Amino acid sequence: MSKEHTETGRREMTGAEMVVQALKDNGVKHVFGYPGGAVLPIYDELFQQEAVEHILVRHEQGAGHAAEGYARSTGKCGVMLVTSGPGATNAVTPLQDALMDSIPLVCISGQVPTTLIGSDAFQECDTVGITRPCTKHNWLVKDVNQLASVLHEAFIVATTGRPGPVVVDVPKDVQFAKGIYTPPQTAPRISYHPKVDGDADAIRRAVELMAGAKKPVIYSGGGVVNSGPEASHLLRELVELTGFPITSTLMGLGAYPASGKNWLGMLGMHGSYEANMAMHDCDVMLCVGARFDDRITGRLDAFSPFSRKIHIDIDPSSINKNVPVDVPIIGDVGHVLEDMVRLWRASAKTDKKGLQAWWEQIARWRARDSFAYTKNKDVIMPQYAIQRLYEATKGRDVYITTEVGQHQMWAAQHFGFEQPNRWMTSGGLGTMGYGLPAALGVQIAHPDALVIDIAGDASVQMTIQEMSSAVQHEAPIKIFILNNQYMGMVRQWQQLLHGNRLSHSYTEAMPDFVKLAEAYGGHGIRCDKPSELDDAIAEMISVKKPVLFDCRVAALANCFPMIPSGKAHNEMLLPDEATDEAIANAIDTKGRELV
Amino acid sequence: MNAHLQATGSAYFISRETAKPETHTLSILVDNEPGVLARVIGLFSGRGYNIDSLTVSETEHEKHHSRITIKTRGTPHVLEQIKNQLERIVPVHRVVDLTVVAGELGHDRPLERELAMVKVAGSGDDRVEALRLATAFRAQVIDANTEHFIFEITGRVSKIEQFIAIMKPLGLVEVCRTGVAAMNRGPAGM
Repeated sequence: MSKEHTETGRREMTGAEMVVQALKDNGVKHVFGYPGGAVLPIYDELFQQEAVEHILVRHEQGAGHAAEGYARSTGKCGVMLVTSGPGATNAVTPLQDALMDSIPLVCISGQVPTTLIGSDAFQECDTVGITRPCTKHNWLVKDVNQLASVLHEAFIVATTGRPGPVVVDVPKDVQFAKGIYTPPQTAPRISYHPKVDGDADAIRRAVELMAGAKKPVIYSGGGVVNSGPEASHLLRELVELTGFPITSTLMGLGAYPASGKNWLGMLGMHGSYEANMAMHDCDVMLCVGARFDDRITGRLDAFSPFSRKIHIDIDPSSINKNVPVDVPIIGDVGHVLEDMVRLWRASAKTDKKGLQAWWEQIARWRARDSFAYTKNKDVIMPQYAIQRLYEATKGRDVYITTEVGQHQMWAAQHFGFEQPNRWMTSGGLGTMGYGLPAALGVQIAHPDALVIDIAGDASVQMTIQEMSSAVQHEAPIKIFILNNQYMGMVRQWQQLLHGNRLSHSYTEAMPDFVKLAEAYGGHGIRCDKPSELDDAIAEMISVKKPVLFDCRVAALANCFPMIPSGKAHNEMLLPDEATDEAIANAIDTKGRELV
Repeated sequence: MNAHLQATGSAYFISRETAKPETHTLSILVDNEPGVLARVIGLFSGRGYNIDSLTVSETEHEKHHSRITIKTRGTPHVLEQIKNQLERIVPVHRVVDLTVVAGELGHDRPLERELAMVKVAGSGDDRVEALRLATAFRAQVIDANTEHFIFEITGRVSKIEQFIAIMKPLGLVEVCRTGVAAMNRGPAGM
C-alpha cells in the first residue's frame, strides 16, 4: 500500500474485502444474513473482523424484515446479505415490503461467477431481473473496480429522497478478484437528484389556505417518520400553532403523540369515526408525507368532497396519483414543515374561535366511541389484551412490531404511540410474518429496550423459525400472540363478502406455543382468563429471553369500525351497528370487486 | 350516518373514466447502462401503460447517454403519472412530453419520422407498378434482382402505413420498421 493510496483512501483489495470495507465506510454496524456458496468469500471477510456484526437468521425473508425493523427503529439503513438463487428469491418479499413502505434497505447478494451467468448454473437466478420491479434501483457488478463506487451509490440511493430498497448483485469471481477500492464520495450520479426543499410560493399558498380554513384537518403519514425526528417535532409545533385536528395513517403513528389533545386517532378502513368524518367534512386538508392509499381514501369519488387539498411529498409521482390536489408541495417533509412553521409564525394567526364549531362537531363524532367493544369477564377480548399490554408498558422504552391482520388493526387502535420510530408494521404490502423478524432487528438495534411483536396465530407461523435467531443472539423479544385460531381478517372478509363460508380460514392442529417456545430455548406463557392477564403480561416483561405469549382471545371477535370496500368515509360500519345483517349487506356487488 | 354523497362547491372527482385517452410522444434521456431499457419497459408493463412505438439508441457517446422515444396512449392523468414514474428511475435524466411541448410552441405535434424497409417480390405489371409507386413516395431501392425490390422509405408514420398498404397487393413479402424518432421544431433542445 503506497502513501498516496492511503491518503486518498484508494487501495488494492479483493472484491469481498471491498464489500466489508464499504459497509464500514457507510457506518454499518449490523448485517442480517444467511450464508451460501456464492457469498462465501464475503462471509470469510466478515469472519476476520469485528467492526460489522453479522446476525444469522433462519430464512432470508427473516433477514430482510429484521433489517427493515432495524432501519425503521433507528432511521439508519438496514443491510441484508444473501446468497445467489434461492437466497435472492427469498429476499423478494422484504424488498417489495420495503419498497411499498419506503424503508432504506441495502441487500447484497452473491451471484454465480460471471463466466457462468446465463448457463443455468447451480443456484443461479436472474437476480437483477427478478428484483428490478421490487427495488428502487439495482446493480449487477461485473468489474471489481466498479464495486466500491456501486456500493457507495447503493447507500446513497437507498437512504436519500424517498427511501427504498436496493440490491447489489456480486458474482463470486468478482468477490475473489483484486481491484482498487475507492472511498465514498459525496457527489451522487447526475441523473439522481431528489428535491428536498419545497417551492416557497406553494408553501405560501398552503399557509394562506390553512389560515382561512374553518374545518381543517392534518392527515400525516410515514413520510414524517422517514424524514427524521425533526420532522415529527415540527409537525407537533405546527399542530400546536394552528390548533388543527390531526389524524395519521397506519405508517405514521407516533409522529404526533396519541396523548396529544388534537389527536383524532388513525384514519382509514379501520380508523376512528372522528378521523374519517373529519376527513370527509373538512374544508382544508393538509396531507403530510402520506400517499392517499386506497385503505385510506375509501371510495375515491366520495373522498373528502368539500375540501381544498395540500399535499407535501418527496416523490412527485405521489402527487395527483389517486386524488387530485390543489396545492402540491414537492420536498422533504422536514424541510417543508420548517418553512411552513416559520411562515405561519410570521403571517398567520390562529383563529381559535373560528375553529370552535369544528371542534364541537368533532367532539360529537368522538362521543360515538368508535373503538368500543363489549367487555367480557370470562373471555379475553383482543382489544382488552392490547389495552392491558399498553397499560403495562406505559412509560417504558417500548417498541412495537406487528404481523398483518386483525391484531395489527387492534394494535393500531388501542396502543398509544407517543414517539416516532416506535411502531414497525407492514402497511403497503401487508406481509404476514413481518413482525417477529422485525422485532429481532429492532432488538439488535436497541438491546435494552422492550420490544414486543403483537402477533396473530396465523401470521406468526410464517416466520416463527426466527425464534431460533432471537435465542442465538440473546434478543429477548416478546411475541404477544392474539390467538383466536382463525385467520381473523380473512374470516371477517368471508363474513362480509362470501356468505359466512369460512373457506380455509380456520387453523386446525395449532401448535402448542408454550412447548414451541421451550423447544426453541425461549419462554412460553399461556393465558386465557381476563383476570390473569395482567400477571401474565408482567411475567412476559420480566423474563430476560425470547417469549412466546399464547394469549387465547375471543375467537369470533371482528375488527370495527370499518369502511367497507366501495364506501365513503361517512359510511362507516360502527361496532354497535355491526349486526349480522348489517355485516352481510355492508358491501354491495360493486364493492365486492374492490375488496 | 346518512350518506350525502352529492358533492357541491369545490368538489374533486376523479375523471379517469370519462377523460379521453390521447396519444403522446415522450423523449427520455437515460444513462446507457445495462438494464436501463428493461427498467423503462418494465415500468410500462408493470403499471399497465401502453407502448405504441419505441425507439432507442445511444445519442451522446462521450457521456453514454441514450435517447428513448416512446409513443404512448393514456388520459392526461395517466400521461402525467407515466412521466412522473419514469423520472423516478435512477438512470433517467430527463423526460419530456414532446406532444405537450409542441402544443406550447403552437404546433399540432412534434416532428416525427420513421424508417421502413419494404420487400416486394413479383414480376410483370405488378413489378413495374411497385417501382412507379415507390418513386412517387420517394422510396429508395436499396436491393433488387429480377424478382424483387427492397425499398427504403422514410417519413411520417401515416405515409409509411400508406405505402405498405399499397404494396400489399403488389407482392409484399416483409416489412421492418424502426419505430418513431421525434423532436420538436425550433432552436431549443429537449
